[in-house]
Amino acid sequence: MDETDRRLVNRLQEGLPVSRRPFDEIADTLGLSVDALLERIQRLLDDKVLTRFGPMFNAENLGGALSLCAMQVPRDRYDEVAQQVNVFPEVAHNYERDHSLNMWFVLATERAEQAATVIAAIEQATACKVYDLPKQEEFYIGLKLAV
Amino acid sequence: MVLTETDRQLIAAIQGGLPLVSHPYAAIGAQLGMSETAVLARLSALQSAGLIKRMGVVVKHRALGYRANAMVVWDIPDAEVERVGELLAGESCVTLCYQRPRRAPGWSYNLFCMIHGRERDSVLRRLEQIIQHHELGHLKHDVLFSGRSFKQRGARYVMAQPESSHG
Repeated sequence: MDETDRRLVNRLQEGLPVSRRPFDEIADTLGLSVDALLERIQRLLDDKVLTRFGPMFNAENLGGALSLCAMQVPRDRYDEVAQQVNVFPEVAHNYERDHSLNMWFVLATERAEQAATVIAAIEQATACKVYDLPKQEEFYIGLKLAV
Repeated sequence: MVLTETDRQLIAAIQGGLPLVSHPYAAIGAQLGMSETAVLARLSALQSAGLIKRMGVVVKHRALGYRANAMVVWDIPDAEVERVGELLAGESCVTLCYQRPRRAPGWSYNLFCMIHGRERDSVLRRLEQIIQHHELGHLKHDVLFSGRSFKQRGARYVMAQPESSHG
């Protein structure tokens, strides 16, 4: 990543306008052509610096549900259970963490009432209890991960 | 706000990402048989209604050298959660801060915050400073560093075929 990439990532975190040519202003600010800007964004996606480029949804307002779930998975079954969990399309990402609850994943369902069904299906597939920890309140952070 | 069938098609078309072209909304419209003007109008409406927070990016911290990703969990008396949550959210190294339910037996923590740093030691030092500064030493907490990441993609909110995909 060079200095322009850093400025680009910081600027993209603030969001893009919904307009006919949403890239023009950023390209201008960075002194790049739109084509050169798009190439840089593609490279940052290819390099996995950015994992998503597009709309950030508010799941609750869409009628869906987003929850953080945790499981206590026996060490010797860890990889097997990770595969069983990741098969579910509702599982958005999944991290190993160093705690007795050692598998943590985000569950996103299109409708709120589907979450319980998917959790029951995951418990059945893995024979592990799922702790469902939906957000009750979000404390405002803002965008501040300067790179 | 009730989603129309057009809204669902639009969300399904963009949830994986915006096309990287100079006129992305025209490209989406061409794919769906809509005009660019109609795409912009619906997306603006979805944004005004709060269904879309913004058009932006998700940055992968690890790829930027933020290798240590700590989920710090706290057991805070209910009457104090609001105050402590706001204190933590105001710290520059805290990137998320949520109140979540306790689940007894097995899980007694009700406040979660994420701290990203380049190394574990620096994250722990920073946490110690926060605890000292805000006098949180009496509150039970735990630090869960992340290990392997098995799956990382954006959540999908609208399945391509909503009625048939889950039986």
